Amino acid sequence: MKVTTKKVSLKDKMIRLFTENQALVFQHDTPEISDRRRIAFEEFKLAGFPDTRVENWRNTDLTKVLEADYNYYFQPTFSEGTDLKKIFRCDIPHLHTDMISQLNGWFVSENGSIKTNPDGVIIGSLSAASERFPELINRHLGKYADNKKSGFVALNNAFATDGVFIYVPDNVQVKVPLQMVNIINHDKDIFIQNHNLVIVGKNSELRLVQCDDSVNQQRSLINTVTEIFIDENASLDHYKLQNKNDASTLINNMFFHLERDAKLSTNAITLNGGLIRNENYVRLNGENCEANIMGVYLVDKKQHVDNQVFVDHAFPNCYSNEMFKGIVDDSARAVFNGHILVRKDAQKTNAFQRNKNILLTDKATVNSKPFLEIYADDVKCSHGATVGQLDQTAMFYLRSRGIGIENARMLLLYAFAAEIINHIKIEQLKTRIDDMIKKRLRGELSICEQCVLHCSTMEKPVEFEIDMDKI
Amino acid sequence: MLSIKNLHVAINGKEIIKGLSLEVNQGEVHAIMGPNGTGKSTLAAVIAGREDIFEVTEGEIIYKHKNLLDLSIEDRAREGIFLGFQYPVEIPGVSITNFMRTAINEIRQYKGLDQLSGAEFLKKMDDAKKLVGIQSKLTNRSVNEGFSGGEKKKNEIFQMALLQPELAILDETDSGLDIDALKIVAKGVNSLRSPENAIVVITHYQRLLDYIVPDFVHVLYEGKIVKSGGKELALELEAKGYDWLKSEV
Repeated sequence: MKVTTKKVSLKDKMIRLFTENQALVFQHDTPEISDRRRIAFEEFKLAGFPDTRVENWRNTDLTKVLEADYNYYFQPTFSEGTDLKKIFRCDIPHLHTDMISQLNGWFVSENGSIKTNPDGVIIGSLSAASERFPELINRHLGKYADNKKSGFVALNNAFATDGVFIYVPDNVQVKVPLQMVNIINHDKDIFIQNHNLVIVGKNSELRLVQCDDSVNQQRSLINTVTEIFIDENASLDHYKLQNKNDASTLINNMFFHLERDAKLSTNAITLNGGLIRNENYVRLNGENCEANIMGVYLVDKKQHVDNQVFVDHAFPNCYSNEMFKGIVDDSARAVFNGHILVRKDAQKTNAFQRNKNILLTDKATVNSKPFLEIYADDVKCSHGATVGQLDQTAMFYLRSRGIGIENARMLLLYAFAAEIINHIKIEQLKTRIDDMIKKRLRGELSICEQCVLHCSTMEKPVEFEIDMDKI
Repeated sequence: MLSIKNLHVAINGKEIIKGLSLEVNQGEVHAIMGPNGTGKSTLAAVIAGREDIFEVTEGEIIYKHKNLLDLSIEDRAREGIFLGFQYPVEIPGVSITNFMRTAINEIRQYKGLDQLSGAEFLKKMDDAKKLVGIQSKLTNRSVNEGFSGGEKKKNEIFQMALLQPELAILDETDSGLDIDALKIVAKGVNSLRSPENAIVVITHYQRLLDYIVPDFVHVLYEGKIVKSGGKELALELEAKGYDWLKSEV
C-alpha cells in the first residue's frame, strides 16, 4: 500500500507550532505583550505569507523559500553562558565598538542577559528586558511594527521571544558605537525569528551597526523585526551590513519611529545574500524630523535583493531623503519600491527619493518603483529611478589616460557605489566597507562564507574563527 | 609623427569631418582654429579613439608608423597620445592620486617597465603639482568632483605633466579660463615642448596663442582644413573673423 501525505504548508505548520508551544512563547511576557501576540497571531492566520499577488511582493517570489522544511526552535540550541567573544571576534582594524551578539537569533553574552553601562545605557536580551522593565516594554514593543504591513511582521510579533534590547536614557551621547551581530550557524535548515527593540531617549545620540552574517552554507530563513524609537531631539546613525550565504533568505523589517526634532541616518549595505528583503518603515511623528535612508547593493549569480522604503510624513517641516544604488551582475535581480506618504497636515515637507542601478549583463534585472502619495499642498517632493550601463564618456575619459577596460570599469563601478559609502560616518567602518566593495567588484568576495567584518584582507590576516565545540 | 589623410568621420550617419588631412612632426606645435560646429572636437576625440559615437568612414591616421585606427583607446594613450578634454568628466569616489597611479602603472606595464614605487610616484606628483601650481588637497579629492571650470582645466594639464605624452591634443583647454589660469595652462604646455614631442592646440581664440606660440595654424571649416599658415594667420583671423574665410572658400 502506498501512503501519500499532503505536504503541510509552512503557514499551517507555524499555526500548529504556535498552538502547541504557547507556554514557551508566553513565558517572559507581560500580560499586555501576551495579548499583543494573540492579536498578531490572528492577523497572521488571516494574512498568511505574502505571495506575488500582493503589489509590494510582485517582484519577490517566495514560493520556493516557503516550500523548504525548516526546523524551528522555541529555546536556544546552545548552552547558557556561551562566551561568544571566544568564538567570534571582529577584526575591523581599530574599530572600537560595544559588541552585542546573537547566535541563531538568541541573545548571547557572558555577562548575563542584561547589563547597565556606567552611562546608563541598558543592553540585554529582549526576554530579560520584558521581565526587568515591563513598563518600557509595554510602552514600545509591538507599537511600531504594524501587523498589517505583512504576514511576516504579524508572525514575528506573535512568535519572537528574544532579540536585542537597547535603552539609551535621555541626554546621553553614547560614545562608542554599538554593534549588533547576528550570526547564523546551524547544521540543519533553520527558521529564525528575532525581535529587537532600541529606544533612544530625548536629546541622546547613538551609533548602531547591525551585522547579519552566516558562517556556513546551510539554508536558513530569517524573519527579523527591529523597532527603533527615537525620542525628541535624539539622533541615530544606523548601519545594516548584510553578507549572507547564497542559501539564506532574510526578511528584515525595520520600523523607525521619530519624535519631534529627531534625526535618523540609516544605511543598508548588501554585499551578498541569497534573497534579502529589507523593509524600512519610517514614521516622522513630529515637526522638524530629518531622515536619510540609504542603501547600496552589489548582487550577482542568482541573488535577489529587495529594498522597500515607506516614509510617513505625518507632521509639518520634516525632511526625508532616500538614496539607493545598486550594481546588478549575472542573472541577479534587484527590486526597489519607495513610497512617500505626505499627510494632509504635513506642510513644508521636503521629501526626495532616488534609485540608481547599473546592470552589468543582459540577464540582470531591476524593478524600480518610486511612488509619491501627497495630500498636503505646500511640499517639495521628487523621485527618480535610473537603470543603465556605465557612462561611456567616463569610460572614454579613463581609458584615454591609458587605463584598460577592466580597471576603468572597476573604478567607475566603485565610484558609483562610493556616493553611498561616503556617508558612512564611522571612519574605520567606512575604510573596511570601502575595501570590501573593491574586493567584491574584483570578484574576490563573490562567494563569501565569512562575515562581512571578517573577510581576509591584505593588511591583516584572517582572525575569524568559530570554535564548533562552544556552540 | 602623426599623419592624417583624407579623414571622413560621421555621427549617426551624418558626416562631420569631410576629407581632412594633417601632418604633425616631432617638435612642432600646431593650432587648429575655426568656428563652432566645424569638427574640431570630433577630430580630437577620433585621434584619442572614441568610437562609440564617431565612425571613421574613410581615410587613415598613421601615428609613429602604426595604423592608429587599429589601436584601442588605452593603447593609444600608452603609445603616448594625450587628450586634454574640453569638458573633463567628474568621477566621484576616485581620487586623482589613485586615478593617475593606475594610469601610470598601466602605461609602464605596457612598455615593459616596473611599477613605480609609492615614493617615486609621489615625487612625480610633486613635480607636476609645482608645475601647474595646484595644492595637495586638490589631488586628494575625487577626480574633477566639484571642481570649478578653471580647476578642471588645470587638472587636465596636471595629468598631462604626469603622463608626459609624446603627442598632446588640447581641446579648447583655454575656454572659460581667466588670464592667470591661462598662463598656468600655457606654462604647463610649454614645459612639455621638446624636439621629441608634438602638441596640437584646439582653440577659438588668438589669446592662448600669445602664450603658446604655434609653429603652424590651421583653420577648420565645415569638416576640412581650409587654410594653413604660420602664427600670423591667427592674428589675421582675430582681426578679420571667420567670415572672411567663408568668402574665400
